[in-house]
Amino acid sequence: MSDVRAPLLSVRDLRTWFFTDQGVAKAVDGISFDIREGETLGIVGESGCGKTVTSLSLLGLLPQPPARIMEGSSVRLRGEELIGVGERRMRALRGNEISMIFQEPMSSLNPVYTVGDQIAEALRLHRGMDRKEARAEVVRLLAEVGISEPKRRIDEYPHQLSGGMRQRVMIAMALSCEPKLLIADEPTTALDVTIQAQILELLAELRKKHGMAVLLITHDLGVVAEVCDRVVVMYAGQVVETGSVYEIFAEPAHPYTRGLLDSLPSVEEPGRRLDSIPGTVPNPVDWPTGCRFRARCSLAAEGCERPQELIQLAGAGRAARCRRVDASLVSGVAAP
Amino acid sequence: MSRALSAFLPGLPQLLAGRWGAGATALLLWAGSLAIVATRPSRVGAALTGSWDEQLAVATLFSALVGAWMWSWRDVAAEHEVKRVGVSQWELAVRAFSKNRTAVAGLIVIVALYAVALLTPLVAPYDPVFQGDLIIERLTGLSAAHPLGTDQFARDVLSRLLYGARISLLIGFVAVGISVTIGTLLGAIAGFIGGVVDGVIMRFVDMVISFPRLVLLITIIALFQPSIFLIIAVLGLTLWPGTARIVRGEVLSLREREFVQAATALGFSKARIILRHLIPNALGPVIVAATLGIGNTIVLEAGLSFLGLGVQPPTASWGTMVADGRNVLLNAWWLSTFPGFAIVFTVLSFNLVGDGLRDALDPRLRR
Repeated sequence: MSDVRAPLLSVRDLRTWFFTDQGVAKAVDGISFDIREGETLGIVGESGCGKTVTSLSLLGLLPQPPARIMEGSSVRLRGEELIGVGERRMRALRGNEISMIFQEPMSSLNPVYTVGDQIAEALRLHRGMDRKEARAEVVRLLAEVGISEPKRRIDEYPHQLSGGMRQRVMIAMALSCEPKLLIADEPTTALDVTIQAQILELLAELRKKHGMAVLLITHDLGVVAEVCDRVVVMYAGQVVETGSVYEIFAEPAHPYTRGLLDSLPSVEEPGRRLDSIPGTVPNPVDWPTGCRFRARCSLAAEGCERPQELIQLAGAGRAARCRRVDASLVSGVAAP
Repeated sequence: MSRALSAFLPGLPQLLAGRWGAGATALLLWAGSLAIVATRPSRVGAALTGSWDEQLAVATLFSALVGAWMWSWRDVAAEHEVKRVGVSQWELAVRAFSKNRTAVAGLIVIVALYAVALLTPLVAPYDPVFQGDLIIERLTGLSAAHPLGTDQFARDVLSRLLYGARISLLIGFVAVGISVTIGTLLGAIAGFIGGVVDGVIMRFVDMVISFPRLVLLITIIALFQPSIFLIIAVLGLTLWPGTARIVRGEVLSLREREFVQAATALGFSKARIILRHLIPNALGPVIVAATLGIGNTIVLEAGLSFLGLGVQPPTASWGTMVADGRNVLLNAWWLSTFPGFAIVFTVLSFNLVGDGLRDALDPRLRR
């Protein structure tokens, strides 16, 4: 299980706060994780727990103000610090080293240009291709992301394509400069279930082929199980649990993770009533003190009102932010 | 068959096929230009070596002649099937526009006006400042020699009307061109960058808008010699705030769209995003505002000239012509009437086209 490859992207104590009229919203409040070369890391959590803000912070895409990446945050790409790096350097990295695809394929393409023109723009800017080379490369890319008749589709406008095809175009655009890391922010949420599976399959295939790492942001644990190697579970701006997909699905350590899993239908227990986690994610302006999940947790007890640290568990990079975590998980010895 | 027809009478095959707008335009262009060559061969010949505006007129004439011909010839050859691949929003808008008959009529009038303005040196019966015999040709009514009569200096009203069209259309077009360029750029920058930059630009806009334009114009013209270029500059530099507000509003909503974020995530610079991604998307309302703006500017220029602040005599301008005729309105009605009509129809045409464009460019209004 242990993997000694150096991390491609290393996030340490990232805190992205929004300074609003209602107060300081600590949307991302001290999260750390690593992404190794070629691996797929999933970030899961409910809406409003800071997943998207995390991904946008990595690329410096948040408008500042109101957002501010706080002192002490660190995002390193192969050792190069990205927080506070100049706009010019950041632009050179965006699209080239780190690419991103978004949730809404309907609005992520510019309606006034053909899909070919849009992909070609990135190629010409980052890879210095001329018009003709870029066009040939776009045809190749469109074919690679599974668009039939790429020579015809290249001259179509976004409004002529279906949602699934637009997402494929977005992927082609993101891949155009062979990035080392692809950030996919809920790439399948807005798509039909059948198309979702196709897009996930495509992402997995392209990841293998190009050896790039993928940071997949989703609220769908089914998607995580399908494509991710490791998982970071986020709650209320913090990491509450990390581990390999296998470990997290087999033995969820944090009550929140367990709650998320219990709300999924299971093949083993058909007909089981699905559980839901009571309540909603609290307001980021006013996170609860102590364990932030306390108010919704069935295991909450005395002591939970104190701030919780991430507790290292047995297993590579496995940790959970819960003082009531099963002792067997900490020692690595199965409970009797 | 229709190919041979298009060689003789460009536009006729299209007319027969029921595409009356395109056919009539081509046919009229072709017949009109041919008529000029036929009726004024000496003038065309002389213009070939004349001043720059005469040469421009000759160039326009021949490009209209050849253009109508070639368009008709090629159009017959091309198959007319509905394009399915790569239909842009602009093409959809053009299709929607061409279904709007009043707007197309307005557009034809505008195109004809600009064509006539360019061709004026070749078609005008007299020089606009040529004075006939002041005793017998002063304030004569409509006649064969002077189709629209003469004014109090025995100048031909039709010729002055044609030369006046050049002034009005030039001022309208260039002033709006300047104001739209400035307004679009500043509005897009204000909307996209936001914050302090937005505040500074928009407060400047408020300042320019709150300044009484007429007072500003009168002051500037009192300080400098009034000339066409001064008027263009003053109008162009005072009309842009409207466009800036429109574009800023558009950009404010556009910048929240994900394609802007996607463009940033691809490493595009702010300037590139503004120029290549935001402005083309905000252009629809700008085009409408510009079209309506040309009409307004023509009225404004006519008003200024009427007050004596605009184009100075003896240069012909519709506004000065109306002003000239005002004292003799009861004796020589033709003096003010024709330039008045010219202003009304020109502005009406621009407004019709502007309305048509608004309907065509807004997908929600498309039927």
